[in-house]
Amino acid sequence: MYKMLLCQRYLRTRYIALASIISVMLGVATMIVVNSVMSGFGTQMRDRIHGLLADVVIESHSYDGVSDPDLQIRIAREVADGYIEAVTPTVEVYGMLNFNFAGQWITKPVTLIGIEPEGKAKVGPLRSFLDSFNPVYENGEIARPALRPDEEIPNWKLSPEAEEYRHEKIDRQKWYESQLAALESEKTPKQTASIEPQQEVQTAALPEDPFADPFFDGQAAEQAPADPYEMMDGRVYVGAGLVSYPYRDPETGLMKTMMMARPGDDVKISTVTAGRPPSHAAFQATIVDVFKSGMTEYDSNLVFCNLEELQNVRGMLSPATGKRAITSLHIKLKDYKDAEVVVERLKSAFPPDQFVVKTWEQKQGPLLAAVEVESAILNVLLFLIIAVAGFGILAIFYMIVVEKTRDIGILKALGAGSGGIMSIFLSYGLALGVVGSGVGVLLGLTFVHYINQIEDAITFITGRKVFDETIYYFPEIPTSVQPSMVISVALGAMLIAVLASVFPARRAARMHPVESLRRE
Amino acid sequence: MNEILPTPPVHLSAVALDKSYRKGPEAVNVLRGVNLEVRKGEFLSIIGRSGSGKSTLLHLAGLLDTPDIGEIRLDGKRIDHLPAKTRDQLRNRVFGFVFQFYHLLPELNVLENVLAPLMIRYSMWEYWKKRSELQDQARELIAQVGLEHRIKHKPSQMSGGELQRAAIARSLISEPEILLADEPTGNLDVDTGKGIIELLERLNSERQLTIMMVTHDEAIARKGQRIVRLSKGQVENIRDRVAS
Repeated sequence: MYKMLLCQRYLRTRYIALASIISVMLGVATMIVVNSVMSGFGTQMRDRIHGLLADVVIESHSYDGVSDPDLQIRIAREVADGYIEAVTPTVEVYGMLNFNFAGQWITKPVTLIGIEPEGKAKVGPLRSFLDSFNPVYENGEIARPALRPDEEIPNWKLSPEAEEYRHEKIDRQKWYESQLAALESEKTPKQTASIEPQQEVQTAALPEDPFADPFFDGQAAEQAPADPYEMMDGRVYVGAGLVSYPYRDPETGLMKTMMMARPGDDVKISTVTAGRPPSHAAFQATIVDVFKSGMTEYDSNLVFCNLEELQNVRGMLSPATGKRAITSLHIKLKDYKDAEVVVERLKSAFPPDQFVVKTWEQKQGPLLAAVEVESAILNVLLFLIIAVAGFGILAIFYMIVVEKTRDIGILKALGAGSGGIMSIFLSYGLALGVVGSGVGVLLGLTFVHYINQIEDAITFITGRKVFDETIYYFPEIPTSVQPSMVISVALGAMLIAVLASVFPARRAARMHPVESLRRE
Repeated sequence: MNEILPTPPVHLSAVALDKSYRKGPEAVNVLRGVNLEVRKGEFLSIIGRSGSGKSTLLHLAGLLDTPDIGEIRLDGKRIDHLPAKTRDQLRNRVFGFVFQFYHLLPELNVLENVLAPLMIRYSMWEYWKKRSELQDQARELIAQVGLEHRIKHKPSQMSGGELQRAAIARSLISEPEILLADEPTGNLDVDTGKGIIELLERLNSERQLTIMMVTHDEAIARKGQRIVRLSKGQVENIRDRVAS
């Protein structure tokens, strides 16, 4: 009883112990905040990578792919039928994206992925990444509603808004061309009569089609449909990072996004044909949608294209059998827990000299492992903060033990044993740990809950954006509080507090009663 | 008169006690072969100059320290060699201590200080069950030493005499057989010291409490039934108050 009483009185009367409580509290709060943000980032990143990839991916070693997707799908279903929810074939190849923005041709290297949108939407949340299927939020409010109805499945048709934009753009272009032609017809007779050499120069300077690409060999022009409003045969979803860039509005100072190409615009894509050796293949495509996965690596690299067109352009069609070729199969499982079993089964059916079978995690192994290692190192470093707090407790306790030497002598004279004396200081340490951890947990969770408001406040005070959403593609700081993490941080802090009090407590327990009583 | 009264049995005895302390490079022999007996219900005064070893003798008798050579016996049984835990229990149940500097715990009030030995004796659960009974007991003792108006006061709010009365109440709460008082009036003015000695005398006569009191003041020592003088680590002179 006396242990509890003294422990409680020491807590109430020794204000220096508050320093220990504050250091434990800050350590615990910091660990909770950092872990929650790291976990939030990690979870979001995993969701996004997972969403774009699919649970299990079967890839052929060669960009030429393998023939007969129906057969491959049948094999996959046969070996792992009970586990598979959906399968979709894809073709993956490198290419170049080329589009005109403000009179300038922009070329970017891309990864082209040929998909069937209905099938791809079944193996992953494609819909949630496509711009026209989702509302646009600004400051927590809907700035633009979704452009397509909820029930619409991803497809290669333009949204009504994109259709309208395309019409307007083509009309404007036609008008411009007619004006240019009229101007030319007015000028030509006079100039021909007077200064003939100059006209030659002008003709060279003004090409017939101002949007023509000097690098295209005319193949693309041939593909253009007769009806100018009609979309190209090639249809693409382009990554937001490929066709837009962030800029600061000079008037408001806010970050905005400039779209260089938007749904309804046409782009030109170059890639290589399947076969030996690969040769150049190019086609025109209409942007159907812009996708934003939140992973910069994907958003500034991927272009989803209609599978058939890509197969046609690349010549992935066997003239003998009429069967098409694919480079990979994306599989969604009924339960991701079975992934390893499925991978093993698929490996037995898809020979390793032709195919690689991996889960999305295995495919993104280095990235995920890097994030995990980063998180682990950060945790170790942060735990050192609590360890520093532990040394603070040790020093403060040592001081308190010295200060309380006579009290220790009195207690021993009254019959208290060494164990009892030791437990006063151990429970004092535990009490500091419990109070520090408790307040730290509350502080940390509150901070996590209001982290975006806090970020706004810091941005307002300093005038400098702490969390730039254009870098991370997150509208706000993502957080995820794991109860197990909170519990282990709190328990760890308590343990450190108790461990730090062991040494002073032992010293107190070993004090000689007579010497303690004589201490001035 | 001595011949008429039956002699009470020996309660506590020191047999050939030797104790030395190391002061820097040299050892100081504080006690050298001290033999002493205290009978049941006796009020024994130990006098001597500073450094004569009287406090050391009291600490050895109360098991706060262990002798280099010799024995401490309680009711004829040796107790100084017992395990630490048993000696802790004896200190809690058999001995009561009163110190010159009162040695109350500054964080606790008078009532809590007086209850401290019982808090040490009982487990938390036992104490909780008996708490009202034990608190009544403590209040009664506090009233006996005249401190009922100071029951909730902290030591820092009290005078020297009051502190010593509280310390005496604390030493009595565990109903000890032997009270060991180390210069109980050493820090008090004459009148207050007199009051404390009267209190000890009353306890000795009313409760038949064996008291060993160390003092350097002969006038105070004379209040005891027997006086022992310690000089140069040895018992030099024994004088029976009644006989003298």
